[in-house]
This record gives sequence, structure tokens and C-alpha cells, in this order.
Amino acid sequence: MAGNGPLGDDPDVHGKFGIFGGRFVPEALIPALDEVAAVYEKAKNDPEFLREFDHLLRTYAGRPTTLTDVPRFSEQAGGARIVLKREDLTHTGAHKINNVLGQALLTKRLGKKRVIAETGAGQHGVATATAAALLGLECVIYMGAVDCERQALNVARMKLLGATVVPVTNGSQTLKDAINEAFRDWVTNVDSTHYLFGTIAGPHPFPEIVRDFARIIGVEARRQIQELTGGLPDAVCAAVGGGSNAIGIFHAFLGDEGVQLHGYEAAGRGLESGEHALTLTAGSIGVLHGSRTYVLQDDEGQTIESHSISAGLDYPGVGPEHAWLKDSGRATYHGVTDDAAMAAFSLLARTEGIIPAIESSHALAGALELGRELGPEATILVNLSGRGDKDMGTAMKYFNL
Amino acid sequence: MTTLQTVFAKAKADNRAALVGYLPAGFPSKGGDVAAAAALVEAGCDVIEIGLPYSDPLMDGPTIQDAVHRSLVNGTRIADVLRTVEGVAATGAATLVMTYWNPIDKYGAERFARDLADAGGVGTITPDLTPEESEPWRAASASAGIDTVFLVAPSSTEQRIKAVVDCCTGFVYAASLMGVTGARESVNVAAEGLVERTRAHTDLPVCVGLGVGTGAQAAEVAAYADGVIVGSAFIRRILDASDEAEGRASIATLARDMASGVRR
Repeated sequence: MAGNGPLGDDPDVHGKFGIFGGRFVPEALIPALDEVAAVYEKAKNDPEFLREFDHLLRTYAGRPTTLTDVPRFSEQAGGARIVLKREDLTHTGAHKINNVLGQALLTKRLGKKRVIAETGAGQHGVATATAAALLGLECVIYMGAVDCERQALNVARMKLLGATVVPVTNGSQTLKDAINEAFRDWVTNVDSTHYLFGTIAGPHPFPEIVRDFARIIGVEARRQIQELTGGLPDAVCAAVGGGSNAIGIFHAFLGDEGVQLHGYEAAGRGLESGEHALTLTAGSIGVLHGSRTYVLQDDEGQTIESHSISAGLDYPGVGPEHAWLKDSGRATYHGVTDDAAMAAFSLLARTEGIIPAIESSHALAGALELGRELGPEATILVNLSGRGDKDMGTAMKYFNL
Repeated sequence: MTTLQTVFAKAKADNRAALVGYLPAGFPSKGGDVAAAAALVEAGCDVIEIGLPYSDPLMDGPTIQDAVHRSLVNGTRIADVLRTVEGVAATGAATLVMTYWNPIDKYGAERFARDLADAGGVGTITPDLTPEESEPWRAASASAGIDTVFLVAPSSTEQRIKAVVDCCTGFVYAASLMGVTGARESVNVAAEGLVERTRAHTDLPVCVGLGVGTGAQAAEVAAYADGVIVGSAFIRRILDASDEAEGRASIATLARDMASGVRR
């Protein structure tokens, strides 16, 4: 599962991607992180583990997911050919299932019977509750109280799957605070519990583990696009909150110098409004949730609350590997406003009969603009990271449906 | 200025443990923080930790989170923290800052160490800074002449304990339990074993924190540790008081009880 390109290969022994990553956590957690790292190191080289993971991906998650040409949508992109990688077609409806199945198997190898997770939009929570049900693990999900309200459907799904959902009422009551609370639980219950981290942020080894379990997206997509078009795409686009779906599809293309990599963050109500989640675009280097990365913070290092119409992108940090890809210039990151994302959301629904997640709609909006820049000969691969069922409440309000 | 070394030497000479009190800067108010800390010193605390309020306190339970949140809402900034340190150091107590790493990182390690020393602070406790990431901070602290205190936990292996204590000056903070800050009904039995294991690797004083809330618990911990650290129990009393004066009186009573506990 190791990397295959000049950039973004495995981090160093301290979990560093350049200056980013590492571990900034209470000492009490270090042995648990060491244990996870050691068990993972063994698992990733164990054919039996890989076979089991692959079996679950194929027979339970629904892999490989397909590629879909979207010609009517592409007409709005200056004629460039946009092709979607359909992670929305996985079981539970988003790319999150790949990572949770991998980490749930890892939990069993760790000999632990309880998993905790944080969730913003609810997709990681639903995926974790699903994997926990499948493998017979106790499951507790921390979710910001604000997110619980805007993602009520996913809260109900998690409960139905047997998970306990704990609304977090501290701070901004969103993903960042849910992560804090999950860490507190982990510090207290680390002997019995695995923290099933949902994105490529957090202390080492989580950024590496989550990436490795998500990179199947890019591995499949790279092969599929070659079969479909006879070559590699000109660009790969993905939405970036914490960054797991983006790194999942980027990773297989890191060594392909001719393939542009574009990540799209939530510009919310616009940079000037201050209500956004433009961590890579407008943040500065700092430490959040155990990792050195780009952070939305004030001049004294206090985290600034982020905003996005998408609960899944509403996060003031980002995975350290994206910070590294940004600074190295291998990937480019842009902002997409709530309005632009919702326009792309609506356009894909009306032109292609696919209702995307609002997260993914940020990448779709970015691809429309990129297509106009690159011209009609270009092929753009977009990671459709999830389906939009969970976002219908937001869409109903936004479009007055 | 009272240093950690003089505090622990004196406590040792008196055949007792040192009492360490924690309060966040800006709590219960700007100005009220120095008065509250002074009440703790008057009642027998030897060392005061001033918390630097941070938006994402990973290791803190609900009581400290609540206090820190109030402080941040009141607009506490690093300049206020340094002013608080100055005011508390003037009482004669050795005064440390307890802070998560990001505020120092953003402020600049050398600048923070220098400004803290200028304010009369004697060192820092950094709960989320691991030995692997600590070199720049230890260098800045050494250059400014302030101590660095890091944490060991019940889960720490011998190798980790050695790595942590090698980064410490002043004392070693032994987290008594696997968990977040907050007073508890009993102090975890793991604490004593952890202190013993830590002493095998260092001659520095070893202080125990997390979960200590009564004089009896302080006495229990003082029987095997060089210092007893109390935070949430004081904060709870301030939060429960009807005004700042009542809060000060209440924490002074508890601190006297604790001070008597560390002398039993």
C-alpha cells in the first residue's frame, strides 16, 4: 500500500510529510499511537489482512466503483470532458466506507472491542457505525450539536445501526469540537478503544493509515480512465475538508507529472466575509488535533471557527499531506463558495440525474471553471465523493423546494 | 524570584510535598485571576500554574473547559497571560505557564520564552508537546533561563518515561490516570507506581496531577510524590461561588486543607 510517486510517499518515522504532520498529543496517547502504528505496519504487509480488506471492499462496499461520463454537465465546462469517479455508489453512499472497513479490521487486530469516531456531515459516523455493526464492535460517535441538527437523517441512521451518538455542545459545536471530545474519550478509554479517525488529519499514524485505506479510489480510477480514454486525465479534482477523498484519488496520480491535481476548499460566504473553511488558501501553519498543518487561526494561535454550507467541509484544519502537496506545488488548492457549490449541485442533478453530496459539489464547481480554462480537448476526472441524500434538508432550504 | 529549585529544596527540607495550584489566566476575570492566585499562595500553595486559555484544550475536562471558554470570551490574550504571571510572581510563588503548544508556536518560541522570563515566570508545562517535537522549545527555554516540564502517564513505557524526563527541568508532571483533568472521588492507584517508575530515571522532583480534589487526597499523594497539583477542584469552587470574593474565600479554604494535607 506504499506510495508510488516522488511526492506523498510514506511519511518519515515521526510521521512527517516535510515539516507537516508529527504528533502533538498528551503523552498518555503515545503508546496507543505506537501500538496502532505497529499493528498497521504488520497488517499492511500481511497478505491475509489485505485479502480480507479487499474481500470486504468488493463484497460489502461495492468496489470497484464505476466511472461515469457526464456530457450534458460538461457542456457548461467549455466542452472539456468531465468524468466522475462514483464513490457515491458505495455502500453507505460515500468514500468513507473504504477507510472504516480497513480500520475496523485493524481494531480487531488491536484486540479492542470498542470504536469511537467523530463526524461532521455524518458520513464517517454512518460508515463507522456500519462497520462496527458488521464486525460486532461497540460504537460511540461524537458529533457537534449543530451538525446533529443539520444532519438529523444521518443521526437516525447511526442509531439504527446500533451506535450511540453523543452531541457535542462545546465551542462551535461542529466537527472540530467533536474531534476534541473524541480525543478526550480516547485518553480515558484507550485500553479498550480504538479511535477510528475519519480523515487524513490527526497525529501520526492516522494521516498515513487513512490515506492508504482511501487510495483504492485513485488506484481504480487511474486504471479505469486509461481504459476509457486511452490515457491519463489532464486534471484530477476533489473537494478538501480534512482531505481524505482528495488524497484518496490524488495519490495514485502523484507520480504522473502531466496530471494536474486540484483541491477545492469551501469558500463559504467568501474570503472577505470571514465565513469560510479556506484552510490551505487562507490559513497559516500551526498545530491542530495533534498534527502540524495549515490551520485557520488568529495571530495568537487560537482556532478560528470555519463555515461551509457543507458540514463535511466545515473544518479549520486539513491533513498534513495536503499541506505538503500545497507547499511543494504538486497540488493546487482553490476556494468554492456555497453558492457556486449549490449551483453545481443543482446542475448535476438536472443534467445527469445524479444528486451529489454538497462536499463533492465543490469539486464539481471547480471542474466547471477548470474545464473552461483547459479547453475542449481536456479530460477532467472528478471524485464524486458521496451522494446527496443526506444533504436534502440543506438543499430544500437553499432552493426553497 | 522564587525558583522551582528553591521551592522543592525547601519542601524537602520541611519533609513535605509542595502544593501546586492551577488557574487559567483571565478567570474568573481579568485582574480577578491574580487575586484568586494570590489567595491560593496566601493559603499555602508553593507553585502556581497559570493556564494559557486555548480554543481546543484536548486534555481538559468540562470544568477547565468551561473556565477557559469564559476567559477567551472575555478577550484574554497572551499579553494578559504575561501580566497575570507578573502579578502572581510578585506574590513570591514560583509561577509557571501551562499551555498547549500551538499558542507558543504561533507567538514564536524564543519570543514567548523571553517574555515569560521577563514577566517573572519560571517555566512552562506543555501537555501536548512530545519529546520528539520539543527541541526548539527546550532550546528557547534554556536560553531564556526558564524550566520545561513535560508529562508522563500511566501508559508510558520505560523508554518513553526516560525520553520525557530527559526533556524536563524543574520537575516531572506525572498524570495520575488515563483521562482528562477534573477532580475525582479517588486518586488512581496507578499514580504511585508511575512516580516510582519515573524516579528510577531521574532525580528531578515528581509531581502528581489529575484528579486531586481534597486535603485527604493531597495527603495520600504527598506520601509518595514531591508535589501535588490541583486545578479543577479550585475552579469548580470559583464557578459555584456567587461572586469573586466568595470564590476566593472558598478556594483559600480548600487550599489550606490541601496545604495541611501535604504536611501530614
